[in-house]
Amino acid sequence: MYAVFKRELFSFLSSMVAYITIGIFLLVSGLLLWFFPDTSILDYGYAEMGGFFSLVPYLFMFLIPAITMRSFAEERREGTYELLITRPITLWQIIFAKFLASLVLVFFALIPTLVYYYSISKLGFPEGNIDSGAVTGSYIGLFFLGAAFTAIGIFASSLTKNQVIAFVVCAALCAFAFLGFDYTSQVSALGSIQGNVSSFGINQHYTSMSRGVLDTRDLLYFLSFTMLFLLFTRLTVGGKR
Amino acid sequence: MSISVQNLSKHYNGQKAVDSISFEARPGRILGFLGPNGAGKSTTMRMLTGYLTPTSGAASVSGKNIVSQSIEAKKNIGYLPENTPLYPDMYVKEFLGFVGETYAPGNLSKRIEEVIKLVGLTPEQHKKIGMLSKGYRQRVGLAQAIIHNPEVLILDEPTSGLDPNQLVDIRALIKELGKNKTVIISTHIMQEVEAICDDIIIISKGKIVANNSLEGIKKAYNQDSLEDIFRKLTS
Repeated sequence: MYAVFKRELFSFLSSMVAYITIGIFLLVSGLLLWFFPDTSILDYGYAEMGGFFSLVPYLFMFLIPAITMRSFAEERREGTYELLITRPITLWQIIFAKFLASLVLVFFALIPTLVYYYSISKLGFPEGNIDSGAVTGSYIGLFFLGAAFTAIGIFASSLTKNQVIAFVVCAALCAFAFLGFDYTSQVSALGSIQGNVSSFGINQHYTSMSRGVLDTRDLLYFLSFTMLFLLFTRLTVGGKR
Repeated sequence: MSISVQNLSKHYNGQKAVDSISFEARPGRILGFLGPNGAGKSTTMRMLTGYLTPTSGAASVSGKNIVSQSIEAKKNIGYLPENTPLYPDMYVKEFLGFVGETYAPGNLSKRIEEVIKLVGLTPEQHKKIGMLSKGYRQRVGLAQAIIHNPEVLILDEPTSGLDPNQLVDIRALIKELGKNKTVIISTHIMQEVEAICDDIIIISKGKIVANNSLEGIKKAYNQDSLEDIFRKLTS
């Protein structure tokens, strides 16, 4: 499993995929957070990172599909899928290796944003006046959100040989998982279950983690969400033989 | 017997790609797998290597069942898929290291050197796979198949697209490997069969129509031309 993980990660790092996606992610988040007046912290006047954390999920909806779209789709198109499947490792190991390699890349994208935390805490008055608990919670939430999106992306990639389709399917599923349940819950015809519907969505759990409260229910939600999509991947990959 | 196949079948939506075939292969002999395109050669090889799951029947490699003990069975197989799929963005040594590590983690640099020498990749060993010519890619494909020194080699059209000089080299290499391994190769080239194979299986429309040694098949049909026998059995 380690061999496949290493190969996946090196192929990200030796191609431009990693640098371009992470670079654009940092560029866009930097511009939105510091430069564009509508969302800029400098214009907002409060030294807090809430704006950043509500923004990143939307960027992830494009960043993560770009990272994961090739994982199975490219192997199937190039025929190397046959080489991979005939290794003496289980399908689960292959899926986990691909999932973890993509997740590490998402993690790499998040690390540089710690600079924002440092700058904002320096900008606060008095200096260092920032809710560190909420920031920690939000980062953990963001990581789990990234894991959930990555699992969706790996699943989308296993559905098709075409990377464009994998990208679009992943972006759409991520958007729906994040916001779709909230919007659906506003349909008044649902009546008394309106509240329950939105608790299926990622947004509610992510927001709850952003407050800095680590609730086991939220962690459990993210873990089972991620596992569910990896299981779907196992079913599509295993079913095609 | 290092490969033993009993009533193996693969159906696609009711179509029988491989229809209940049985055969065996022994160490030290090279088995030629012949048949027209679409006869089920690749499908059979893909089932043996664990890429496809058989619809029915059983097969074992080095005594390990290919379905219930697939991981152990795969460890004993070196496989060169049709059209030699490789990762073009990897370097030759990096790729061989990757394949080797999927069998046994550890330091493989010595074994990689050995294999590179064996298949004649030395002049191109520092290049990216994407930059190699077809002949050298084929050698990389062979190198990854033998990196873990498997008991069984399954080579799906290992010589397709090679020039006459490369053909001779690769055939000599396969012949050499066949001395102490069980080798199954599929091919369309009858001269190749004459040159390297000890046993022959001819498969047509998913069924085995001949299973004999090279001399045996010529005697049985009272013909010296393998091509004529092939055409008689498969058309």
